[in-house]
Amino acid sequence: MTNSTYHLVCGLEVHAELKTASKMFCSCVNDPFGAAEPNIHTCPVCLGMPGALPVANQKAIEWTIKLGLALGCEINLFSKFDRKHYFYPDLPKGYQISQYDLPFCHDGHLETSQGTVRIRRIHLEEDTGKLQHKTINGQKVSLIDFNRSSVPLVEVVTEADIISPEQAKEYSKKLRQIMRQLQISDCDMEQGTMRLEANISLSPNPQAAADDELPAYKVEVKNINSFRFLEQAIQFEMQRQTLVLDAGEMPTQETRGWDADHNTTFPQRVKEDAEDYRYFPDPDLPPIQLDAAQIETWRSELPELPAARVARWSNKFGVEPKYGQLLSEELGRESFFEDIFTRLITIKADPNVWANFYSNKKITVKSHENIDDLASKFVEMTKVDEMSGVELSPIIDQVIGEFPQEYENFKSGKTALINFLIGQTLKKLGKKVDVGRVKQAWEAKL
Amino acid sequence: MLRNLTLTQALAAIKTGEINTAEITGDVLSSIEAQNPTLNVFLHVNRDAALQSEKMTSQPLAGLPIAFKDNICTKGLPTTAASTLLEKFIPPYDATVSRRLKTAGATIIGKTNLDAWAHGSSTETSQFGTTLNPRNPQHLPGGSSGGSAAAVAGNMCIASMGTETAGSIRQPAAWCGVVGLKPTYGRVSRSGLVAMASSTDSPGPITKTVADAALMLNYLAGHDPLDGTSSTQDVPDYTASLGCEIKGMKIGVLYLEMSELAHLKRFYEPVLKILADLGAEVEFTQALDPHYAISVYTVIQRAEVSSNLGRYDGIRYGQDRTYFGAEAKRRVMLGTYTLSKGYADQYYHQAQKVRTLFLDDYDRLFQKYDVLISPTSPGFAKKIGASEGSAMFGELEDMLLEPSSITGLPGISVPCYRDPDTNLFLGLNIMAPMWREDRVLQVGDAFEQATLWNSWRQHD
Repeated sequence: MTNSTYHLVCGLEVHAELKTASKMFCSCVNDPFGAAEPNIHTCPVCLGMPGALPVANQKAIEWTIKLGLALGCEINLFSKFDRKHYFYPDLPKGYQISQYDLPFCHDGHLETSQGTVRIRRIHLEEDTGKLQHKTINGQKVSLIDFNRSSVPLVEVVTEADIISPEQAKEYSKKLRQIMRQLQISDCDMEQGTMRLEANISLSPNPQAAADDELPAYKVEVKNINSFRFLEQAIQFEMQRQTLVLDAGEMPTQETRGWDADHNTTFPQRVKEDAEDYRYFPDPDLPPIQLDAAQIETWRSELPELPAARVARWSNKFGVEPKYGQLLSEELGRESFFEDIFTRLITIKADPNVWANFYSNKKITVKSHENIDDLASKFVEMTKVDEMSGVELSPIIDQVIGEFPQEYENFKSGKTALINFLIGQTLKKLGKKVDVGRVKQAWEAKL
Repeated sequence: MLRNLTLTQALAAIKTGEINTAEITGDVLSSIEAQNPTLNVFLHVNRDAALQSEKMTSQPLAGLPIAFKDNICTKGLPTTAASTLLEKFIPPYDATVSRRLKTAGATIIGKTNLDAWAHGSSTETSQFGTTLNPRNPQHLPGGSSGGSAAAVAGNMCIASMGTETAGSIRQPAAWCGVVGLKPTYGRVSRSGLVAMASSTDSPGPITKTVADAALMLNYLAGHDPLDGTSSTQDVPDYTASLGCEIKGMKIGVLYLEMSELAHLKRFYEPVLKILADLGAEVEFTQALDPHYAISVYTVIQRAEVSSNLGRYDGIRYGQDRTYFGAEAKRRVMLGTYTLSKGYADQYYHQAQKVRTLFLDDYDRLFQKYDVLISPTSPGFAKKIGASEGSAMFGELEDMLLEPSSITGLPGISVPCYRDPDTNLFLGLNIMAPMWREDRVLQVGDAFEQATLWNSWRQHD
């Protein structure tokens, strides 16, 4: 496509709704998706009525800080909420309560297989209401549902450390896993309780972010509601921006949307200047002073996080990280995996084979089955009958006799035929043997 | 006449069975009917509730008629903030102060006029017309709680509720010759006040006597889970501060030596003498120049106003932004400017720093003095029309109160002089450290008892 070499420079902004019992600044039920009707979980505060005042949800603050601790962030012991002003019909106060210069958490990191992604900041804010555009009695109308108004929302912002679409996807999935592990958010992309935005640009410098040499433009892509779309949107933008750069131009600094029907991004809004949200500290909410002891208590309450578990399983049971990662994604089964691995080690069975069978659904686990039975069943499945070389070679000769053409083809380079020959051998053997040895025997014929 | 009763007197008379609530309410309603068409004090009179007030006789406030400034949300009663923009708004909830006083047995007799959105010190920015001063209808009642002060002065209620951001309780109280108490910021919940400047708004009572203010504060003060800025400090019985000596108390006198206030000296010198005769140690002292407070207040207040009024975007409340009056538009524009990128540091953040200097200044003064006093306002009530063409009218009128407002201190204004020719009053402003409403009440009450400036004292 092109001869020039550009490297992706990408940062992500991830929003997630916290699943606290009540909303961020009032006592309304926080359940916008379970609500039977629009506007039933509302009160003067989340409707922004004259005189109504916000009072901060302490649980949401605790959870935001726990997320920060899980991502290795530093915590601002002195923090505050600020008003971010803009006009939109779903924003009843004319401003969103957010955090500007003193977010609860900053300077964290999340490891991926392609390197560390630095977390710039995590802040807490309130969600907006939701517009619905409908036709009622032939009239086009826009309706507002405030059930979601003032639901607690965390925003996790990375540095522009992401270097590939795959890494963006891996980072997002790992972040989701951590939030689910902490049981602070459902992170449902379809419902929008987790939302992704990518800031994408290209640079000739392969380590632009590390060198603090960010490109002079960035393109923000919004409305991404799946990990696959995130990957595709970044891929699309890389191609699009490469063409612009190759033509000697600078891509326009703008916000684009993701069109999932055509697998493309499309321009939404040009950002000439940084917007002016007229931030100032919300005088309705006193600043928050936390003490270090409180932070340490919260740190001690954190569950074991996926990365730590993968490492521990690897050390303790020899479970390969790829399996550890895969199994960690199943929330609530950690202690089951722990038990089965312990048992398998005791009876000298290989946990990696078990993990492979389990993840390929060759093993299904019923809830009432006990660990010993499961382990025994697994051993039974993988049991190998004794077999001597003396037994094997006449069988191989028989197979060659029956399938001379296939054997010739195999020898002359069609190596894929080995699977056919192995299959025929196993059939004739009539017992469960170590397939590896059969394979070796055929390879020796080459 | 029953309408002339103070809250304390009315409660005592009801307790002994001498009078019943309905008789008082009836007389107050007659007073409203007779005067309101000319004075324009009430924007809404709650006749229905007034007729039911009898049922509340056994409650602490005995169903007595209390007037509420129309920027305080009252469930089911219009709450307009004196702007036509909110003409159709009927709050589905009560402000905490409304709920607390109702629970204590108050009858909300009506909603009083104010400067639109509380922007002003005259009621002349009201979009429903100016209120006239019952003491002399050619003059303004002050503001923004002008209606509530006038309702008390004109005996159109037994007591009333106002709100102060910088002088809005005390200045109209002074101009109308009544008592106005501005509690410490955070002492009384702001929940349900149509927000003006969120960091200084304080609701408080406007009453006939200091004793009535103490009684009202007993029902108003205290932590409110609906207001994150309300204090969890214990609430004393404020009536315990009444009838106490002020002997040995150290009183610092502010601002009286400013050249701009030279014309007031002859009215306030007798005040200092009375306090000294009561045994207080009274001396002149220096505070930061209050002119700086005007700048600080103007910048912070405009900024908060521009933010707080953003919700009236035309989508809700039935009226769009064209219903904002000229004063609100001016304030929104100035506030938007001072919060804008590149200007926020120069204005808003700088103002917050100077605010801290005022806090430090008061800390220094209160190490030496138990209370500080000053004139409430630079002069008598001005004539109707005085605020026109003067965008900074309120700021100049409230200059002497702004330093203590931006620092959240409690203060009270008590009548301290009446001009026999005009029937207009001057007020004595008494300020104390944070949470020391008891002290301002103690000094205010002692002064009130020692003089006859309070009109209702003459009926004792």
